[in-house]
Amino acid sequence: MYCIPGNFYLDPWGKVDYAVISHGHADHARWGMKHYLCVDDSKAILKHRIGQDISIESLPYGITKTINGVKLSFHPAGHIIGSAQIRLEYKGHVTVFTGDYKTNADSLTIPFQPVKCHTFITESTFGLPIYHWQEDSVIQQQMQNWVYSNQKQNKTSVFVGYSLGKSQRIMSLLDGCAPMLVHNAIFQLNEVIRNSGMKLPQADLWQATTDKNLIQNNILIVPPALIGSNMIKRIPNAAIALCSGWMQVRGHRRWQAVDAGFVVSDHADWNGLISAVKATEAEQVYVTHGYQETFARYLNEIGIPAAEVKTEYGTKEDTETNATELPKSA
Amino acid sequence: MKQFAALIQQLELTNKTNAKIEAMVQYFTTAPDKDKLWLISLFTGKRPKRPVKTTLMKEWCLEITNLPEWLFLESYSAVGDLGETLSLLLPPPTQQSNKTLSEVMQDLKVLKNFSDEEKKTYMLKAWDSFETHQRFLINKLIGGSFRVGVSKKLLVNALSKYSGVESNQLMHSIIGNWTVDDITFDDLIEGKHINYDNSKPYPFCLAYALDKPANELGNVQNWQIEYKWDGIRGQLIKRDNAVFIWSRGEELVTKQFPELVEAVQDLPNSFVLDGEILAMKDANVLQFNDLQKRLNRKNVSKALMAEVPVNFRIYDILEWNGTDIRSEALVIRQKHINAILISENQSAISQSYGLKVNSWEDVTALREEARSQNSEGLMLKLKQSPYHTGRIKGDWWKWKVDPLSIDAVLIYAQKGSGRRSAYYTDYTFAVRDGDKLVTVAKAYSGLTNEEIKEVSKFVTKNATEKFGPVRTVKPELVFEIAFEGIALSNRHKSGVALRFPRIARWRKDKLVSEIDDMDSVKLLIAANL
Repeated sequence: MYCIPGNFYLDPWGKVDYAVISHGHADHARWGMKHYLCVDDSKAILKHRIGQDISIESLPYGITKTINGVKLSFHPAGHIIGSAQIRLEYKGHVTVFTGDYKTNADSLTIPFQPVKCHTFITESTFGLPIYHWQEDSVIQQQMQNWVYSNQKQNKTSVFVGYSLGKSQRIMSLLDGCAPMLVHNAIFQLNEVIRNSGMKLPQADLWQATTDKNLIQNNILIVPPALIGSNMIKRIPNAAIALCSGWMQVRGHRRWQAVDAGFVVSDHADWNGLISAVKATEAEQVYVTHGYQETFARYLNEIGIPAAEVKTEYGTKEDTETNATELPKSA
Repeated sequence: MKQFAALIQQLELTNKTNAKIEAMVQYFTTAPDKDKLWLISLFTGKRPKRPVKTTLMKEWCLEITNLPEWLFLESYSAVGDLGETLSLLLPPPTQQSNKTLSEVMQDLKVLKNFSDEEKKTYMLKAWDSFETHQRFLINKLIGGSFRVGVSKKLLVNALSKYSGVESNQLMHSIIGNWTVDDITFDDLIEGKHINYDNSKPYPFCLAYALDKPANELGNVQNWQIEYKWDGIRGQLIKRDNAVFIWSRGEELVTKQFPELVEAVQDLPNSFVLDGEILAMKDANVLQFNDLQKRLNRKNVSKALMAEVPVNFRIYDILEWNGTDIRSEALVIRQKHINAILISENQSAISQSYGLKVNSWEDVTALREEARSQNSEGLMLKLKQSPYHTGRIKGDWWKWKVDPLSIDAVLIYAQKGSGRRSAYYTDYTFAVRDGDKLVTVAKAYSGLTNEEIKEVSKFVTKNATEKFGPVRTVKPELVFEIAFEGIALSNRHKSGVALRFPRIARWRKDKLVSEIDDMDSVKLLIAANL
């Protein structure tokens, strides 16, 4: 996405000179830009994922920077740690680009803040009315009960989640339930997040060499690339759970043949998307990655001018293995 | 409903047989008796007629959610199941219901006689009282399309594990005549409504494949040579004028073959026969492919019985007028068969006769033309052999014909289940048809672990498309596919169906351009008629 007067790009895929990044997921923050701009909470994550030597600057949430006459600021998106909506103001016209966002509050991220604007560019990953998320407290209860019942049967609870965002969310939902271990990719990200001053529940490093007794009956969190790997198979009595918004639909739950599926999403559900759009009071809405056609059509029907924009951002949220998500070391 | 919903969820999620059994045992341990009866009833396909049309359910849902119909349809196409779509679209429930499965099922019976308006009131209340997954199940039960991926055999295994009652007896019990209202769970399990003594089968005697030259078996006159028929191995039991047919898979399949029941029903003696259920017309054995039309049907129509008549071809006799004669010699046992056979040409019962041979050369020659009889080879049985329990080496041998084979290219791959889930082990193969490729077979076996790893690597690198768990693969790897038979079939895109296809070997020496085409495959059919 290109800002013409500002001469910079938002979450670009091609290699550009100046990239403004909404959050650290691989389909938004890509390698090869000459210069990066992001929110403070994302800076360390981007450096960790893209490279320590990249040219990067960051702003706190809500602080404006002017680039070629365009006033740019970041606002909490509630998607993952360090996720931001990008507000652009040029000659009095305000545009907000959401990146990915979630309207339900969790205990990790700064909650989504609606920003009034003229033009609103929204994601639509779960832009169908079949997607309704429950309160975190309800999901938390389900997940913890599952861990307890696994323990009764002498099973180790293995949760699968994207290493940035979902894993930390799972950690916070399961905090205090049982000792937690995480795969190296997650462990390293946790260190990065802690080093930039944020608190996370304790989670020890799990490697192929880790003593089996240390994970027995406990909780292990791994990235999706490990589903079906030997590393998982070697765990005695593992019960595997996927955590994703897609788990709402039976067909998705059954595809992977795991032991449980929890509806834990970092995106807005149907009502979340609609309330977010309405709160911006935007005159024009553009709908990107997800069910853009469906959601745009519905917005038009309820009297909000909307159009779809095709992008290459991922819509799969965790159920797909992502090439960039391969474990760095076993 | 909560307990039932939790069980269904567990059964749906796992693909491990043991986990499914465990989940059912857990349910039988904790659920109320009436619920357990309903569960058995539903799992064996005994369900009440649907009381509410799904179109009405959809209408009411649109009314409640105020969604446009096109959005409903979009949602439906993303979910793939109407009952589930409804359950997801409806707002979260504001009330709670602790109704049990049996209470809900009782409601359904009454619901049938309600007016549409009354039905609506009931549905809306139910939708507002159950959480999503329970709501989904209620929609499926009311909409009349409840289904679960649990076979009778699996259900019986779970019941057996829970109760300690022998699984064959349980199979008879659950299939027997009972309804939820006229039996208790304990009586059902104990089989109070049936006479298991009447239906009880014997363990089958099984043969190993011949592992040495036939002439090393000694004097050919000591052996009974029979065709090995390719149908459903089964036991036909008649005791006290009650008839039962068991399949080798330990399922009671009596109701699927009414003509076999009729054929023996009025015979004076009681007996237990081992034999093969075959599709047969004008005294000719048809292919397995034809027999398949008769399998797993709830109702067998007259038309189907006329199209594909079945015949029970007797191999052996295990019990005669109440006496277990399995320890007697084969030739002695078989003497009783004559009393069962009436007029060979009219009856649905026939005998697999010993073939006349004078030497092992004769036997070899018979084997070579066995396929022309639609048999899959020969059985060699010592005339003096008893009827063994299970698989014993030495007295009986199977000597199958060499398989047919074609060269085909791998075009789809899917990961296996269980231990095989890390690799692509389930393959679909195609042959050429003009300038297109058409799929002819699926195969899951025949490669070594090393080869599977190599193919998996190729699939990962060369996958061009995804359909759920299935990967479309660049057509490049050529395999020799072996199979037992081939028949025309309009169920398959290619127009042919292969019997028991498996991978004979990986033809690394062949290019895609060298695979077989449809014409040469069809020639195999002509050659084997």
